[in-house]
Amino acid sequence: MAENFGILFQWLIFMGMAFVSIIASLMVITRKNPIHSALFMVLTLLCVAVLYVLLHSPFIAIIQVIVYAGAIVMLIVFVIMLLDLEEELRSGLKIVSSKVIGGFLAVLFLLGIFYAAVAKSPAGQTGTYTTEKMATNVKDVSEVLFTKYLLPFEIISILLVAAIIGAVILSKKRT
Amino acid sequence: MQVLYLLIETVVKCVVVFACLMLSVAYLTWLERKVLGHIQIRFGPNRCGPFGLLQPFSDGIKAFFKEDLVPGRADKAIFVISPMISIISAIALFAVIPFGNEFTIPGTNWVVKLRIADIDIGLLYIFGIASLGEFGIVLGGWSSGNKFGLTGSLRAAAQMISYEVALGISIIGVIILSQSLRLSDIIHQQAGGFWNWNIWYQPVAFVLYIICGLAEINRTPFDMPESESELACGFNIEYSSMKFALFFMAEYAHMITMGALAVTLFWGGWQAPLPQLDFIPGVVWFCGKLFVFCFFFIWQRGTFPRLRYDQIMKFGWKILFPLALINLLITALVVLLKG
Repeated sequence: MAENFGILFQWLIFMGMAFVSIIASLMVITRKNPIHSALFMVLTLLCVAVLYVLLHSPFIAIIQVIVYAGAIVMLIVFVIMLLDLEEELRSGLKIVSSKVIGGFLAVLFLLGIFYAAVAKSPAGQTGTYTTEKMATNVKDVSEVLFTKYLLPFEIISILLVAAIIGAVILSKKRT
Repeated sequence: MQVLYLLIETVVKCVVVFACLMLSVAYLTWLERKVLGHIQIRFGPNRCGPFGLLQPFSDGIKAFFKEDLVPGRADKAIFVISPMISIISAIALFAVIPFGNEFTIPGTNWVVKLRIADIDIGLLYIFGIASLGEFGIVLGGWSSGNKFGLTGSLRAAAQMISYEVALGISIIGVIILSQSLRLSDIIHQQAGGFWNWNIWYQPVAFVLYIICGLAEINRTPFDMPESESELACGFNIEYSSMKFALFFMAEYAHMITMGALAVTLFWGGWQAPLPQLDFIPGVVWFCGKLFVFCFFFIWQRGTFPRLRYDQIMKFGWKILFPLALINLLITALVVLLKG
């Protein structure tokens, strides 16, 4: 009885979050006002974070909230607020080539999703780190990150440092 | 049946914490006006009830019945939503704060833990929700269609992003010491008297946390988003009535959470300063320590003048950020060498 209740509850949350995230992501690409788009993006990211929690991965979920919803979209909003929005809205942004390229990429992406859903995915490797262990403990995630995946981790850090230095140099050029 | 009991327990805890938080917010505004009054050699509120104790309620009633204006140039939906974002995130922050140890209900074997949610990622949760709360302030200023409001929210966005970095890095030292992000683990690791508290092991991190925390909640030396003398209240310039009150309450609730987190991370949480004093319930110790921090936040508001905006950014990036990094490096090195 209690277990059924739990499963039903999880199912309800999943359905709600899935619907909200789909609707919100549709709103992201249809809103005229870029700030509204950015806010619907936050909503989408939050819903996806809840889906991660349902998959017993609270760490990924909260990193999603901190990094994407909190930091990246905040920077996007910050930049949009500095621009003159009304001029942008009046000009109407009619670029044909961007629509063609965007449509092509969207169809390609859709095909990719269909392929991923239909094709047989290889079974995940079994090891000492089971999903339950990985999901509930930040320590295990970081252990894997700093031992097994150390090289990709270091490469990403170097790339990010290079990007930061590049940004500093670009912004210093004008003085 | 177990599920039902758990549900009842959680709901009761939520209601109690929410009520206590709102009551503390109300009386924190009273305390702030009273203490600031005495610092500036005036009386502060003293008309409503004895010592002005009914002042928060009269303010609340006043805010509730004032006219609710929405400016014509405002982005209406966002204008209405942003105070809600602020207050919801400020209240949600308190969900992971442990305000006491566990106790058993007499006559049963049902153990009640005095915290709403004891999650593995408690500290990250606080950072995540706090970063969402910034949207309230940033969007509130932007959506009111006022240039002072816009300037205030631009300052808020830049300042919060800058100080969040130093805040996060300063706390990592504590995480290294306790080997956990779970707030109750961090408290248990500081057990056994005040000499075990993290403040003695991480003094630099403590000072950095207090400074960056003040910048995060926009308190006085760092209250650039709403500096009255230049921006005429900044981001909340167009807000009136209950919407303004929500921003106000969110600020004070966030201040309480900042203090509660400082107690948890550096002052041993609910634990007694001496092992002999353990018979006093943890909630009492927690509230006492929290009061010290809240009083300190008010006191420093009456003491320090507001910084200039460029000074704040320079201070954040060129002094606090390197200091936090050095502190982190030294902590990691010492922990590594000690094994």
